[in-house]
Amino acid sequence: MFATSPRLRATVLRVAQSIPVVIGVVIISFLLTRALPGDPAVYFAGVAANTESIEQTRVAMGLDKPLIHQFFVYVGNLLQGDLGQSLTSGRSVATDLAKRLPASLELTLTALILAIVIAVPLGVLAATRPGTWVDHLCRVIVTAGVSLPTFFTGILLIYIFYYLLGIAPSPLGRLDFIYLDPDHVTGFYLIDAALMGDWETWRGAAKQLILPATTLALFTLAPIARMTRAAMLTALSSDFIRTARAAGLSNRTILYRYAFRNALLPVVTTLGMVFSFTLGANVLVEKVFAWPGIGSYAVEALVVSDYAAVQGFVLAMALLFVALNLVIDLLYTAIDPRIGFSSK
Amino acid sequence: MTEISGQPVPKKQDNFDHIFYVLRANPVTLIAFGMFALLIFSAVFGPALVPYDPLATNASISLQAPSWEHWFGTDNVGRDVFSRVIVATRLDLSISVAAVALSFIVGSVLGCIAGYWGGWLDIVLNRFLDTIMAFPLFVLAMGIVAALGNTIENIIYATAIINMPFYARLVRAEVNIRRDAGFARAAKLAGNSDVRVLAMHIFPNALPPMMVQVSLNLGWAILNAAGLSFIGLGVSPPTAEWGIMVAEGANFIVSGEWWLAVFPGLWLMIAVFTFNLLGDGLRDIVDPRKRT
Repeated sequence: MFATSPRLRATVLRVAQSIPVVIGVVIISFLLTRALPGDPAVYFAGVAANTESIEQTRVAMGLDKPLIHQFFVYVGNLLQGDLGQSLTSGRSVATDLAKRLPASLELTLTALILAIVIAVPLGVLAATRPGTWVDHLCRVIVTAGVSLPTFFTGILLIYIFYYLLGIAPSPLGRLDFIYLDPDHVTGFYLIDAALMGDWETWRGAAKQLILPATTLALFTLAPIARMTRAAMLTALSSDFIRTARAAGLSNRTILYRYAFRNALLPVVTTLGMVFSFTLGANVLVEKVFAWPGIGSYAVEALVVSDYAAVQGFVLAMALLFVALNLVIDLLYTAIDPRIGFSSK
Repeated sequence: MTEISGQPVPKKQDNFDHIFYVLRANPVTLIAFGMFALLIFSAVFGPALVPYDPLATNASISLQAPSWEHWFGTDNVGRDVFSRVIVATRLDLSISVAAVALSFIVGSVLGCIAGYWGGWLDIVLNRFLDTIMAFPLFVLAMGIVAALGNTIENIIYATAIINMPFYARLVRAEVNIRRDAGFARAAKLAGNSDVRVLAMHIFPNALPPMMVQVSLNLGWAILNAAGLSFIGLGVSPPTAEWGIMVAEGANFIVSGEWWLAVFPGLWLMIAVFTFNLLGDGLRDIVDPRKRT
C-alpha cells in the first residue's frame, strides 16, 4: 500500500517522527517536576507537616522509589490523563487545563488568522512594489513588530481604546458580566454563541476578543510579513517566472498561480517558529487582559507556587506545539506535491 | 607577481571601505550604534547620574504627571519614574548579556563537538536540541524558573537554556562544513591536536555569523527576561526593572495614569529595537546577500 501512495507514506513517516520528540518532551517535563526547590515531599505535605506526615507523603507519592521507577509511574499517570492535583483549585490539573484551553485557543487562533490575513497580502504587495510606500510600511511594521513587548502593546491599546476613546470594553475576561455564557459546545464563545443564534452575546464576546487578539496579532504578523516578502522576492526573480512572462501570461496568473504558490512554502515553514512565539506571548497577553485561559492559570499558579499546575501547563503547551508543528508539516505535503516523492 | 603579493593590503582597506559604505548607505545602522552607546552609557553611569534615589518613597508626591521636576512623573509611592527607568538599564542589560554569554559559550562548545567529531555525539545533541525546541520557548523558561526557584540567577539560566539551541546549531553547521577543508587538514598535518585545530583554525570562521546572532539574540533575551518579571518571576519589588515596572503600572492604566507603565515599556522597546537594528546592520556588513 505504501509503495502505491508515496504521499501517504510520507505522512505516516512524519507522524512517526514526532514520537521521539514527544518522548523527549515527557522526559524534560518529568525532570522539571522532580527538580522542585528542596524536597517535593516536604512541599506537597503542606506547611503544617511533621516528619511523620512528610514520610507518609513521600511513600504515597512514590518518591522513596528510584528515579527511573518514578518516571514510569509518571508516564503511567500521564497516559491516564493524570497531571496531578492543583493546590489552589483542589481539582486535578488536567480538568482545570481542559476547561480553560478553549479560551486560549480561541484567542491564539483568532490572532493568527488576523495576522495571516494582514501579513501575507502586505508581504506580497511589498515584494511586487519594492521602494514604494507599501514596501517602507512593511519594513517599519516588521522591525517595530518584533521589538514590541506584547504586554506593553496590550497595555497601550487598553489605554488608547478603553481609557481615552472609550470604545473598547473593560479588559476583564472573555465576556462582560451582563451577558450569560453561551451553552458549552466547543468552548469557543464565538462559535457557541453563533450556534445558539444569540448574536447579542456573540457581539459581546467579539468585542472582548478584539483587543487581546490585535495585541497578539501585531506581534505575530511581523515574522510572517517579513518571510512572505522575502519569499515573494525570491520567487519573482526566478527563471520560471521569466519564462512565464516571456510566454505572455497575464500578470495575475504569474503572480498568484506561479510566484505566490511557490512563495507559500517558506512561509508555511516559518509558521512553526511563529507558533512558538505566539504561544509564549499568549501567556503575557492573557495576564494583561485577565483572559481566563491556560496562560493566566499558569501565572496564577506560579504566584502561589502551585508547581503541579505549572508543570502540567508546560507539558500541555509543549504537546500542543508538537501537534501544531505536525499539522503544519502535513499541510506542507499538501501544498508541495514534490515532498511526498522526495522523502521516499 | 606584484599583484599577488600586494593583495592583502588593499583587501584590508576594502573591508573598512565596505563597513563605511554600509554605514553611509544605511544611516539607520549608524543611529543604532548611537543608541547602543547611549544604552551602555546609562547602564554604566546611570545609577550615579540620576536625579533621585530610585527606591526613595515620598507619599506626598505620589502619582504626579510628568513635569520639569519629574520628567517621567512619579509612581504610586512617590518614586521618580525617570530615575527608576534609567537605573533599571543596568539590571536588564546584565541579565540579557549574562544569559547570551552563557548560551554562546555552551552552544559553541556543544556545536564544535558535534560538528567536528560527529557520530553518536552529534545524534544525541541533535535529539536534545530538538526536544528543547519542541517547547514553546517562553513557556519552557517559565517552567525552568518555576522548577529551579524564583531568583534572578535562574532567570539568566532559563534564558540561556532557551537560546542555546540557536548557537549550537549555527556552530555545528559552520564547523561541520570546514571539518575536512584544506586549511584544517594542513593544520592537522603540521602536528596540531584536534582540539587546537578546532579552537584556533575552524571555530574563528563561525564568529561573524555568531556576532549577528548575538546582537539579534540580546534583544530577544531582554524581552524574555522582562516578560518573565512581568508575570512575577525573578526580580522582586521594589527593585527597578522594566518588566516589573510595566506590571506595576498596568494597575493604574485603566484610571489614566499612563506614565507609570508607558515610560519603562518605551525604554524596553527602544533597547530591543536597538539590538534588532544592530543585528540587521551587522548582517549587512558580514553577509550583504542575506538582506531581506
